[in-house]
Formats: sequence, structure tokens, C-alpha cells
Amino acid sequence: MRTQALEDFCSWIEQTPLSTAIQGNAWVVPTVQTIHILAVAAVLISVLLINLRLLGFLEREQSLAEVVQRFAPFIWLALPCLLITGSLLIIGEPARSLANDVFQVKMLLLLGVIVLQLRVSGRVKSDPYFFDATHGHAAQAMVLAVLSLSMWVGIVCAGRWIAYTYS
Amino acid sequence: MQIENVLKWLHQTPMAEALRENEGFFPWIESVHVIAICLVIGSIAVVDFRLLGLGSRQRRVTVLGDQLLPITWIAFGFAALTGALMFASNAVAYSANFYFLGKLVLIVLAGLNMLIFQFGIFKTVQQWDTAIAVPAAARVAAFLSLTFWTLVLIFGRWIGFTLVPAIVG
Repeated sequence: MRTQALEDFCSWIEQTPLSTAIQGNAWVVPTVQTIHILAVAAVLISVLLINLRLLGFLEREQSLAEVVQRFAPFIWLALPCLLITGSLLIIGEPARSLANDVFQVKMLLLLGVIVLQLRVSGRVKSDPYFFDATHGHAAQAMVLAVLSLSMWVGIVCAGRWIAYTYS
Repeated sequence: MQIENVLKWLHQTPMAEALRENEGFFPWIESVHVIAICLVIGSIAVVDFRLLGLGSRQRRVTVLGDQLLPITWIAFGFAALTGALMFASNAVAYSANFYFLGKLVLIVLAGLNMLIFQFGIFKTVQQWDTAIAVPAAARVAAFLSLTFWTLVLIFGRWIGFTLVPAIVG
């Protein structure tokens, strides 16, 4: 999606003092990207471990609720970091991302996966054993875990592809 | 001189040429590299955080290690493989890049730190497996590990901005 209004908005951002400051200091973008990737690492490992527990591959002696409790804080800490660093990268080069289809897909995937993750957390909070095999929800757990992992992989790939699809 | 010839030969191989010329290869390899690196650093950080008393305090150090180490090694395998492919695509330029060489040194340092931990203080893990406050040597190892791997990430990101001929950052 690339409308005139969106392009005007991008040009306006490009002229803000913050944007020109980012453009004028070559170290800012790689630094912000590095912090962004560190936060991605925190999210990915947390999501992977929660999903591996959901699939019953590890930490079986701990309930899913406990595993979520252990790793959800890292996700909720990393997400604001990602939002801030991501916004800085956008402000530095708005057209590269905002008007880029791959970036737009990335944001949709992100919204989708957050909704998914909140649903899983909500379920686990109301019934810690909801996804255990004995409850007959094992199939649902598998679908959710595979879906979540695929979406996160898609988000990271889309992130890297933004650098190559900007025209 | 010998190394230079090897690098030049590598640069001219059909595989390297394909990696340079096919527009899709490089970003896909980079994507896998990023995911793999995130899982290497993430899985190591989970154990380091445990040793520093910042997370998973109720878990045994050995149980946590057994669960995370396979993830670390599989991810490291993917990171090394995709890294080798990127290197092969432009061997001459990478081998002249300060941040690339620095990154390799840092990975070796991180590995040495892991070995010293493994064959040093970890030998006595049965005494502090469930302890929240682990021996100082283990905490130092965890701190060094986090430092080295963060530096690996920083240097890695800088390669993309300093490689000559420049590629997309």
C-alpha cells in the first residue's frame, strides 16, 4: 500500500529535526539496529521456550503457566524496546519502511502474533492445565505453537527484507 | 600470499558468484543468520541470567543447561553455515574488514570463556545446582559470556555498514 498521503507523511517526517539528526550521524542506525536485534533475541528465545513447553518438548515438570510466568516478562520488556528502536529507524528513513509492502506485512504479522500470544496467556491464566494432553486440547496447543513460531520467523525475515525491498 | 590466493579462488567459485548475483539469496541467508544468532545469544543468555540470579532462579543450573544447550548448538550450526556462505560470497572484502575479523576473535573468546567455565567451576556444580547465589567464578563467566556475545552482535551489525564494496545495510 502506497498512497499520496502516506508519501507526504514520510516526507514530513524526513524533515523533522530528529530525522535529520539520525540521517546526519552514521553511527545511530547500526547502534539502534543492534539494540533492536538484542531485543528480538529476547523475544525469540522466550517465545521458542514457551512454545516448546506448549508442545510438551521440554520443562514438562513445570506447568505451562510457570514457564509463561518465567519468560513473559522478557517479552513485555523487549516489546517497548523494539517499539522505540523500530520507531527511531522509521523516523531516520520513513519511506524505506512505512511505504514498503514488506514492512506493512511485518506489522500485520506482529499484530496477529500479539493477539495470539495474549489469547494463549489468557487461557493459561484461567486454567493452567488447559493445554495439557489430558484436557484434549493438545492438537490446539500444537496449532497455536506452530502458528506462533512461524509468524515470528516471518516477522524477522520481513525485517531483514525491508533493507532489500525499498525502492 | 597463499591465503590471498585461496580467498580470490573462493571469490571466483560459481557458488560465490551465484550468491552475489541472485538478488534473493543474500537476504534469505541473512534472515536465517539473524534468527540463528538471536537463538544462540538468547539461549546462552537464559543460562547466564540464571547464573547471575536474574531469571529462572527456581530451576537447577544443570537442568536449564541440558535443555538449552541443544538449542544453542543447533542455532550455532545454522549461524556458522549461513555466515560461511556470506563470507564465501565476498571472501576478499570480508577478510579485509576490521569488524569481521574482530567478530571472529570475539567468538573465539566467548568459546574459551565457555571452556574455562565447563572445565573449571562447573565441575563443582552439584554443590550449587539449586542455589540462587552461585560461586563468584560462575557469575564472572556469565558476565563475560553476555559481554562477548553482545560484542559479537555489535561487530556483526557493523560489518554490513563497513564492508567494501558496500552491500545493503
